[in-house]
Amino acid sequence: MNHKLEIRDVTKTFETEEGELMALDRFNVGVKPSEFLCIIGPSGCGKSTLLRLIAGLDEPSSGTIILDGKELKGPSPDRGMVFQEYSLFPWRTVLKNVTFGLELRKMGKQERYRIAKECIELVGLKGFENMYPYELSGGMKQRVAIARAIAPEPSILLMDEPFGSVDAQTRNALQEELLEIWQRTKKTILFVTHSVDEAVYLADRVAVMTARPGNLIKCAGIDIPRPRKRTSVEANEFREKLLMWLSLERSKVQD
Amino acid sequence: MLKNRVLQFLNRRGVIEVISLCVAILIWEMVAVFVIKDKGILPSPHAVFLAYFELFDLIPLDICTSLLHFAIGLGAGAVVGITLGMLMGWFRTANRALDAIIEVLRPIPPLAWIPFAIIWIGLTHSAAGFIVFIGAVFPILINTYTGFREVDKTYIDAAKVLGCEKESKLIRLVAIPFSLPYIATGIRVGMGVGWMCLVAAEYFGVSRYGLGYRLLCIFFPLQMMDRVVAYMILLGLIALVLDRVFRYFVDERLLKWKKGMVTQ
Repeated sequence: MNHKLEIRDVTKTFETEEGELMALDRFNVGVKPSEFLCIIGPSGCGKSTLLRLIAGLDEPSSGTIILDGKELKGPSPDRGMVFQEYSLFPWRTVLKNVTFGLELRKMGKQERYRIAKECIELVGLKGFENMYPYELSGGMKQRVAIARAIAPEPSILLMDEPFGSVDAQTRNALQEELLEIWQRTKKTILFVTHSVDEAVYLADRVAVMTARPGNLIKCAGIDIPRPRKRTSVEANEFREKLLMWLSLERSKVQD
Repeated sequence: MLKNRVLQFLNRRGVIEVISLCVAILIWEMVAVFVIKDKGILPSPHAVFLAYFELFDLIPLDICTSLLHFAIGLGAGAVVGITLGMLMGWFRTANRALDAIIEVLRPIPPLAWIPFAIIWIGLTHSAAGFIVFIGAVFPILINTYTGFREVDKTYIDAAKVLGCEKESKLIRLVAIPFSLPYIATGIRVGMGVGWMCLVAAEYFGVSRYGLGYRLLCIFFPLQMMDRVVAYMILLGLIALVLDRVFRYFVDERLLKWKKGMVTQ
């Protein structure tokens, strides 16, 4: 099977005052084209580090990351990213936030606005184009962040706990919308979360990580047919399994 | 009933403010006319008011000259302050190289630069501008620096992921817009300090006009204290107007995205 994205033996260490900290230890995972992969694990397990490496914001200490058969070097618009924190530029309107990546490609104004408006419509924010981020709710901000990330048409979307700071109802709605966008655009999505429910609802496959140094303990496919029901028996069974893997890991850390 | 109406009236916007101003002027008038009785020590408000009419021809030219000095100093202060502040905020090396020099120069009172202003630049408008510059440049520099330091890492990361990799573009598209509120605050503080330096800078006869020149070199030696007060009030009012105009422009135009949170 051809992999869209392949992470091979990636190690990442950080220099801290207490010495070297190993965030990832020879990490391996492959992501298929158009796959929705959730990465789940305890906080501080290096999930975010992994995404930053794939995004090109940091460089691995060793190992390689291969996207579409080519080794990655530095950030580039072929990978879109949605951050955990609100990362919209507060000095730009919704529309101008979404056009940011397109401006850098020296795209003409009309073309830029057309694409941005399509993306804004896709995330359900038509009519909010001229608002500033401070006028939007948390959920709306993350919707704009998604629109901004997909506007330059990346082939892979990296999401770092994007719905971590919105309330539960909004979160459910955002998850549904994200699935819709995913099904429509066929993008490969790498989604980091610490919520078991979120992973079971969204993912084709879920990768469970150990805590420091981060490593993969389990990678399991979720073959519950879509559209999924959050409360179905299969979902609950899978949730149970995931929780067990995670708690095994936790008890190991405590020993 | 009557008490209620009076209270209602007082609660209206500006009422108490105007009353208190009027009372203060009235007390000033009383003290000047009945207690001090010497307009060389305390001119009365009505004398000051009349002074404005006598000075009708002089005032516009004095204001324009002072504004010229002020503009030279503030303009230079903004260019130098913002440029250095950006460099020091963005590049660690620039900060380390310049910080010590700036910390040595900064505490020197601007007026202590007057001798060198005259020697280097001569008795010109620019010499007065130079003193205003010394007063204005440091607040602008330090605020710009702070703004650049505070740029949220998330915004930088977000921009990089969207394809903004070159440092010059990150500065232009992220750091500068992010720092605008800080820069605006710096300019506002710089304007205040610069205006204070202006009066003293004009004391040295750099020109035949100017509010500070007129006040210190003409009216005061001639003991025209009513005119001194008239110019003092003028100096205050112009600074107030400048500040309001600047704030309006910045809040309404430049920083719409931060409505209600900007430059207290």
